[in-house]
Order: sequence, then structure tokens, then C-alpha cells
Amino acid sequence: MHELLHQISTGIVNGCIYAMLALALVVVYRSTHHVNFAQGEMAMFSTYIAAILIGANVPYAVAFLACVLFAFVSGALVERVVMRPLHHAPVLSVVTVFVALYVIVQSAAGLVFGYETRSFPSPFDALGTGGILAGHEVGILLTTVGVLAAMTAFFRFTRLGLAMRAVAVQPLSSQLVGIRVSRLLMLSWGIAGAVGAIAGMLAAPIVFLDPHMMSGIMIYAFAAAIVGGIDSPVGAVVGGILLGVFENLAGAYLVGTELKLTLALVAMIAVLIVKPQGLFGSRSAQRL
Amino acid sequence: MTSILTVRNLYASYRSLAVLSDVSIDVPQGGMTALLGANGAGKTTLLRAISQVMVRATGEITFDGRRIDGQPCDAIARAGIAHVPDGRGTFTELTVEENLCLGAISRRDKAAWQQDMVRMYDYFPRLHAYRRKPAGLMSGGEQQMLAIARALMLSPRMLMLDEPSFGLAPMIVRQIFDILRQINTERQLSILLVEQNASLALELATNAYVLESGRVTISGPANVLRGDERVRRAYLGQPEETAHA
Repeated sequence: MHELLHQISTGIVNGCIYAMLALALVVVYRSTHHVNFAQGEMAMFSTYIAAILIGANVPYAVAFLACVLFAFVSGALVERVVMRPLHHAPVLSVVTVFVALYVIVQSAAGLVFGYETRSFPSPFDALGTGGILAGHEVGILLTTVGVLAAMTAFFRFTRLGLAMRAVAVQPLSSQLVGIRVSRLLMLSWGIAGAVGAIAGMLAAPIVFLDPHMMSGIMIYAFAAAIVGGIDSPVGAVVGGILLGVFENLAGAYLVGTELKLTLALVAMIAVLIVKPQGLFGSRSAQRL
Repeated sequence: MTSILTVRNLYASYRSLAVLSDVSIDVPQGGMTALLGANGAGKTTLLRAISQVMVRATGEITFDGRRIDGQPCDAIARAGIAHVPDGRGTFTELTVEENLCLGAISRRDKAAWQQDMVRMYDYFPRLHAYRRKPAGLMSGGEQQMLAIARALMLSPRMLMLDEPSFGLAPMIVRQIFDILRQINTERQLSILLVEQNASLALELATNAYVLESGRVTISGPANVLRGDERVRRAYLGQPEETAHA
């Protein structure tokens, strides 16, 4: 029984990391209808910034803020410099650019920071109570809840959030009411970058820091976003947590750790066969 | 009468398909200008060209004394032109209240736009009943009212309406046009109206233009056009009247 609880709770914690990266994917998808395959790599690169600052004895909180700021600005810049000129490009061209970005950012990180695996500190060790969850895991849970609450409040209660929702559903009418759509796209990319960077900093103490650290997580996050419904923030979080728990249980009791990713992806396909728009996705997102 | 909007020698095309050629029109300050013409004559395209949305246009467009041609669509909206597009452009997934807030999204005068929101609910009480529900749940007529209210929330200097009567029951059309007349006279808001129902449009408008195959063929004060033989035959459907008189 204790073993089962342990598997479920660590599944939830892993799921939170997938959920956070999935959230970043959803933010970009909602405003551009593209999935940024390089989101995880961008998060990894930002996490290195934090690692270097922490290595230079900068306090964790300052390094955290600097990392999130770096991710925000670089996300917005990628939109402005790379994506905006491709605004009317065919979907396949955009996908190709995303794949290229993935490889370029990963190689750049290897070139600049090296390929050796590094450890990364957690600020949450003091939260450990000797219960089922370690301190860092409690911290992951709390951070995920906080980020989701902050994003929900932003989208629901601020005029800027309203404008971003408007652009997601009706870009043309949004322009007609005077919204500067291109600025909001930059902002979406910035927010996605920041959320992704938080996911990276939460994952790094568990998976360790190296240029490939986010590759596996990205597959789960992608699956989580699709299962949840690619245009739904709540769906991304629920999808991430479901996937995390399912993966752990399958790994422990059904197929062993080697096949757990495969089984998680089989589950994703099964969900999509039954509900093509994902658990929380809107049908209109399927028209493309 | 001074013009709030002047369009001179406007050419417009979708990709390689030319739609408007050498169009010049004037919308008088505080007046209502009607654009008449058959389907495909270029009425919708003219509105889009003024808003710089979805169409490539060249020519001179002056609004309120300033050249606006070549500016992006959102800047033209902020300059004071509110465009109610064909198909209404409702944010159907968002609530009615959110739709109205979006209309005012470029405004910084919070107290004033919140007051405007109250006024919109006075003009269109049905919107108040639906204010917390998704706008897509409302009927076509109610959504048209919402589209007009959303445009008015911009506090525009000019309102452009693309076939507000399209697909609506005559009673609803009457209701909407009564409000438009009221807004036009009370607030001195200039209106550029595209309308299939020519007799209704000429009844309200101060001046009118007839578009045929992308060119202005007839223009003048609305009361003159009402008596114009060509307009009567083609758009008012009363060819026999003079013969019997």
C-alpha cells in the first residue's frame, strides 16, 4: 500500500513538470496554432543561465528571477526575429524551423556550457517532512499550483489576458478593436519561455543538468498537452499529471521502466482515438 | 459640410484579383453615407480597404484631416474608425461583457468606458440579460446588436457597418436601424453603411454611392438617389411606379 502511494505521489510530481512545460506549449499554441518543439530546449538553455549564476554564489532567488527574465526575453526575441517573418509561411515550413531551433539551441548549449552532466540545487530541501514526498517534490507541487493559479488569474481577470484570449479565438476582430496583435504574440512567446524555464529549474535537480535534459520531458509534455486538449491550460495540467501517474504505475506494475514511455504514448493514442480534441480541448481547434 | 472621411482614387485587390478601381467617396461629418450595389460590386472590399484588413489597397484615404492609408489595421481602429465586419466578428467563446470590454480595450479612460458599457445595455437590453454568457449562444439579431455595441465601445469618430440587416427578421432590422438613427443624430457619430436593403438605407442616409463592378457609377444626396430612375429600377424594385403615376 505504501509502495502504491509512493508511486502515485511521485507520479504526480513528475506529472507537474510535464504539466508546466505543456502549459508553455499551450500558451504558444493558443496564439499561433503552432507547437513549439524547441520549447524544452529553450528551457534547458535558460536553466544553464541559473546554474552559472548559482555557481558564482548568486542567491537562488536572484538566479531564479534572472533565469525567468532571460527566458522571457529570449522567447519574445525568437518570436520577433524568427517566427514573425514566417507568419504566412506554410505549416510544414514552420515545423521545419521548430525542429531546426531544437537542434540549434541544443548544440549551442553544448558548445557554450559543455556536455558534462552537472548537479543543480533545489531551494526546497527544507520542505521535506520525512513523509512520502521529499522537500523538492513538495516544492514542485506548490510551484505548479502557484504558476497555474497565476496564469488563470492573468487570463481571466486582466485586460491584457482578455486581449490574449481574444487574439487566440478571433485574430481579425482583435485587430479591428485596436489590439496590437503582433505585440501580443511576442508576449505569448515570452510567457511560454518563462513558464518553460521554471519547468527546467524544477526538473534539473531530478534529471541533472545537461544539454539533453529536457528531451524526454518534452515528449511527455507534448503528449500531455495533446491528451489534455492542446488549447486548454487546465487540460495541459490534468494531462501532465495523468501521464505522470500512469507512467509510474505502468513502470512499477505492468511493463517495467524500459517500456513505460512507450505505454504512456499508447495511452495518448488511445485517448485521441476516443476523443480527438483531447480531454479538455475545444472542437474548433480541430478545424485545421 | 466637411468630410470626416475622404477616399480618393482607391484601387484594391485580393492577391491578383482586382476588386475596386478608382473609387472616391466622402463621408460627411456627423452624417450617414450609404454604399449600395449588387453582391460582388466591392462594397465589403471598400470597407476592408479603409480598415486595411485582408486586402491590398492603394490610394489616398484621409480621416479627420490625417492620412491613414498604409497604416496597420489596429492603428486605424485606434484612430477612431470602428468597423463592424461582415459576419459580425463576434468573439463567440467569450461572454457578452468580455466582448464589450474588448471593444474598449484600447481606451485608457476606465470610468468613461464603463459608463459607455452601461449605455450599451440601455440601447440593447437583451445584451444585459446575456452579459455573463458566451456571446455565441445569442440569436443572430442579438449578435448583430452586440457587434454594433462592441464597435461603439471604441468611442469611435466613425462607424462602418457591413450589412447589419443580413439574415435578420424585419422587426429586428427596424429595431437596429432605430438605434443607429438615434446614435447618428444624438452623438453626431458619422456612419458609413453597406446595405443590401436599399430603400431602408436611403431612408436613413444623408448621401449615397452606388458601386457596380468595383466602380462608383451613381452618387449624390440620398433623397436625389431615391428618385433616380436607375436606382429605382436596379435597387428599389419599383420600375412601374412612374409609369402609373
